[in-house]
Amino acid sequence: MNKHTSPDFKAAKIAGAVHTDQRHDSAHKHVTGEAIYIDDMPEPAGTLHGALGLSTVAHATIRGIDLSAVGTAPGVIAVLTAADVPGENDISPTGRHDEPILAEGAVQFFGQPIFCVIAETREQARRACRLARIEYDELPAVIDVWDLDPAKDRLVTPPLTLKRGDAAGTIAAAPRRVKGRMRVGGQDHFYLEGHISLAVPGEDGDVTVHCSTQHPSEVQHMVAHALGVPSHAVTVEIRRMGGGFGGKETQGNQFAALAAIAAKRLGRAVKIRLDRDDDMLATGKRHDFVVDYDVGFDDEGNILSVDYIYAARCGFSSDLSGPVTDRALFHCDNAYFWPAVHAKSAPLYTNTVSNTAFRGFGGPQGMVGAERIIDEVAFATGKDPLEVRKLNFYGTRERNVTPYHQTVEDNIIHRIVAELEESADYDGRRREIAAFNNHSRIVKRGLALTPVKFGISFTATHYNQAGALVHVYTDGSVHLNHGGTEMGQGLYVKVAQVVAEEFQIDIDRVKITATTTAKVPNTSATAASSGSDLNGMAAQDAARQIRKRLTDFAADKYSVPVDQIAFLPNRVRIGNQEIPFPDLVKQAYMARVQLSAAGFYKTPKIHWNRDKGEGHPFYYFAYGASCSEVSVDTLTGEYVVERTDILHETGRSLNRAIDLGQIEGGFIQGMGWLTTEELWWDGKGRLRTHAPSTYKIPLASDRPKIFNVRLADWPEAHEPTIHRSKAVGEPPFMLAMSVLHALSDAVASVADHRICPRLDAPATPERVLMAIEQLRREAGR
Amino acid sequence: MARTETRAEIRFILNGEDVALSDVAPDETLLDWLRLEQRLRGTKEGCAEGDCGACTVLVGRLSGGKLVYESVNACIRFVGSLDATHVVTIEHLKGKDGRLHPVQQAMVGFHGSQCGFCTPGFVMSLYGLWMRSPNPSDAEIEKALQGNLCRCTGYEAIMRAARAISDYGQAAKDPLLAEREQIAKRLTTLRDGRRVDIGEGKARLVVPASLDDFAEIYQAEPKATVVAGSTDVGLWVTKFMREISPVVFIGGIDELKFISEADGVITIGAGVTYTEAFALLADRIPTMGTLLNRLGGEQVRNMGTIGGNIANGSPIGDTPPPLIALGARLTLRRGAERRTIPLEDFFVAYGKQDRRPGEFVESVTVPLPAKDEKFAVYKVSKRRDEDITSTLGAFRLRLAEDGTVASIRIAFGGMAATPKRALAVEAALEGKPWTEATVEAALAAFESDFTPLTDMRASAEYRMLAAKNLLRRFFVETTGTRAPVQVGRAA
Repeated sequence: MNKHTSPDFKAAKIAGAVHTDQRHDSAHKHVTGEAIYIDDMPEPAGTLHGALGLSTVAHATIRGIDLSAVGTAPGVIAVLTAADVPGENDISPTGRHDEPILAEGAVQFFGQPIFCVIAETREQARRACRLARIEYDELPAVIDVWDLDPAKDRLVTPPLTLKRGDAAGTIAAAPRRVKGRMRVGGQDHFYLEGHISLAVPGEDGDVTVHCSTQHPSEVQHMVAHALGVPSHAVTVEIRRMGGGFGGKETQGNQFAALAAIAAKRLGRAVKIRLDRDDDMLATGKRHDFVVDYDVGFDDEGNILSVDYIYAARCGFSSDLSGPVTDRALFHCDNAYFWPAVHAKSAPLYTNTVSNTAFRGFGGPQGMVGAERIIDEVAFATGKDPLEVRKLNFYGTRERNVTPYHQTVEDNIIHRIVAELEESADYDGRRREIAAFNNHSRIVKRGLALTPVKFGISFTATHYNQAGALVHVYTDGSVHLNHGGTEMGQGLYVKVAQVVAEEFQIDIDRVKITATTTAKVPNTSATAASSGSDLNGMAAQDAARQIRKRLTDFAADKYSVPVDQIAFLPNRVRIGNQEIPFPDLVKQAYMARVQLSAAGFYKTPKIHWNRDKGEGHPFYYFAYGASCSEVSVDTLTGEYVVERTDILHETGRSLNRAIDLGQIEGGFIQGMGWLTTEELWWDGKGRLRTHAPSTYKIPLASDRPKIFNVRLADWPEAHEPTIHRSKAVGEPPFMLAMSVLHALSDAVASVADHRICPRLDAPATPERVLMAIEQLRREAGR
Repeated sequence: MARTETRAEIRFILNGEDVALSDVAPDETLLDWLRLEQRLRGTKEGCAEGDCGACTVLVGRLSGGKLVYESVNACIRFVGSLDATHVVTIEHLKGKDGRLHPVQQAMVGFHGSQCGFCTPGFVMSLYGLWMRSPNPSDAEIEKALQGNLCRCTGYEAIMRAARAISDYGQAAKDPLLAEREQIAKRLTTLRDGRRVDIGEGKARLVVPASLDDFAEIYQAEPKATVVAGSTDVGLWVTKFMREISPVVFIGGIDELKFISEADGVITIGAGVTYTEAFALLADRIPTMGTLLNRLGGEQVRNMGTIGGNIANGSPIGDTPPPLIALGARLTLRRGAERRTIPLEDFFVAYGKQDRRPGEFVESVTVPLPAKDEKFAVYKVSKRRDEDITSTLGAFRLRLAEDGTVASIRIAFGGMAATPKRALAVEAALEGKPWTEATVEAALAAFESDFTPLTDMRASAEYRMLAAKNLLRRFFVETTGTRAPVQVGRAA
């Protein structure tokens, strides 16, 4: 609430400093319905609405398109096809030119946009879409990657190989060896606000696009290419998204481009808001993987060597599949030291929607592969999986080099896991569960404790930069803008805390403003958990520039040394006197001191040589661990999570309340990915789970019955990050692996824990029951 | 029959304002009307199919003279069904002085929002809960929120807020309570006993004045779409864009809303919602209470009717299998004519029911299990709550004194093109001792009763195995065991 109350000039502390629990800046607006999302904005008079005509087959050449009935349907103003794209019909974010805005000549997945109807109302546009007659010559479609050959079949982008030591030789020489294969499912983002763009034409052929995107600069560039105009003719703005999770990193480009093309052509504002089903059919998801693994280990459970192939269903174009599959490899170790390792990615072409970024960005899939290996070794050696985990953790001074040759310098996983093991009473409950399972014939319980180590930074090194723009107005109020976007994660309030801290003014004196390409240019996606790290630093840099000018001005005007000037809460001490911050600002203005600054930050230390598979791609690592207990009904495979304990580190948190929300929310989202969220294609390659009626994300009643979440309060960031805080967007997502492994543990109990259940993800009740049946067959009972 | 008076206007109250609409399409949804016509944009569209709850509003109506408010999905609720109701949207909660409502304060205080898009819907659902239960248990909160999806918070902060609402204000002093009496009065005047009849041809909607009036209208217009809760028909419009005119809205007909018990038989009018049926059914047949708690979300249970669940003939409707196992009978009516048939005979084939043109489901009578009978219904779905069934089995068993099966009725959903009895399995059990050996031997009979399909909810193999295992579960439950036989959350 921006109440115009006068600041307290005698306060001991400002309101809204860093390391305090500030509520989300929009909380009041959220709960009253006053927060404005793009579809809530007042539309310019004459606004038109678009809807998309989607492919009804998975792979075909288009023999003919008859849109005559579409064009004459009530309310229809225009029908756009690929031929109507004035510039380049491509929105490939990595410049591979493999992703048309509208399909041209052929379709490559069921749900691919072929044409776009613009009508007076959204309903008219949607209805008109159904009148199209499109004739296809169907081609063979590749839907699943299970049977594909990573060495021979088509890839959408070059694979990556990581290697250290002689993996194959070490495996061959190892005392024990196990090979296996695992399926790791994909995931729909299910942001509550679907994709939407509102394009408003301006003079000189300019266009302003309000787009629900995590990456306004990329939308700007894509729209400019599609229109064939320079970037300066396109402004992209976003105040807030109703959720993003990676699904709005590149996937908004298409709708922004179409809205802009139509708006410019018709001279009217055009809004495209997808129906949920269209959104789920036409936009990319988390990649599902098939992981092949081959492991050498000894009788104690020491893992000596690992060989992996991570094959991903990428869909029909590359999109971000290169960096996503790269990151899967970057996390094929999770928190474990593989003495010898060989890991190869296979970003495979399929006739499905092009998969994209999703919280964790391939990292979760990589880690699930690592944890499967732990399970295999534990079952093979008859040890508790936690024992095997601890045995194989990275060391602190030795055994600390990753498969990509970066030294782990900040390892705290031993203490995190030790503290959690104790607070969750792992050993005691392990015994209780064994006793319970002994007398319970139908319901079986399971327990698992899994670690997370997640690398922070964009692996595309150039993305690790950010800008901010800070103005101080003559009344001492501050306007803050930066390149990061707000999707609910609390970035805006965190960066405002940083700025309030620098000026030592109450946070309600800092106005948070919509992200726009016109204020801070050439920004990176708000992604890779980097939002606060990058934008907080850039905003701090801007604020410090202004503060330095104010300091120099005050030193000069009051003739005191610079070191006798201090910014106190809402006031400035200059020598022996204190004056209100707004007064100093006013004086500085009168003396013609510049009160606006652009800030900039680039992450130090990082570098990456992809060809060699070597470098220092991550500035630091974030750590956490979780322990989950489940009950499984062995007649139906249904289960409940009885209890989860989490210990997660955030460095010196900028805002523990916000971080707690990220941890709880990330865990539940991860749990959904590994349990009930299942993407299902039918025999014709049609995705049949494209709405909440068929695609099941967790509900409140799916939460662990007991849910203890703690932030570790002792670590501080090893590197000089913003106020020594650490990123928290993605790492908690992978804490959910403890649920998958607890389910696996419960399943294993039907065969006395002698056989590895090899439970794949998502572990739907069906998969759980089938795993139980399989184990019973193998155990001969 | 005396000709009923008509008016060509829907009348209701939106927040504080009286609304009278004479120009309303039969398929106009409340959500579009709020957002596009009224420009009230606090209510959001998340899915347009009644599954995510971002569009939740409260609808107040007089029930037995009392004003009750229920959460509903505005996205699949038709404006035409709102006659004589009070629609409360998120915009109505904040005080005129700018003070937040206690529900809103709790959500702010406990960090219950992140992206905020689902938040208005959560606030409305929590408000609906708080009105009837100011200090709810976790189980009550979870039940009230089954129809609200949040993708950011993991719900934990929302749960903390929900537990603490009464710390921010007492329900007895609910700022909106002051207007209740006056709203109730206004709604009473809106119920003028007239039929609403608006438009014609492809844009006609009718709200009958009474049950007899409905019977007459439907006989005259047998091709009309009959809409009770619109939890199914709503999707015909929002997703399939089907023409549904003329539409007859029967959700407000009091005579279809009775639920009564006499001589061990419960009779349920076709307009009784799941919520309205819950108290009696859950008390008399606890396992039905468990089932209803897992059927749809709260909003859907507040709108959807057991009559509709039967009449639409879906193979995966949750209530027909247990009702068939219980031996329920259906009363169908056309004009003044009535006939009664066993419920299982109603389901002829996929998409085909034993219902003549102009005939409608009026009520269903449900014999309660006798004292010496055992009854259970089990639902299996991918997600425990608010999910459509993969397979669902219902069992009614009576044992003879010698421990043999005197009679057993078994019905399944999700296993065939209709809800269907497992006659071969029944035959394999009847007259045999109720033992594990008998049950194991009878399992093979499932293969002759059912040939389930594979789809996105479950494979045929899983459906068959789970169905068999539900019989195993029923056996274990009826023969006594101290170990748990199901997983779940304590109510």
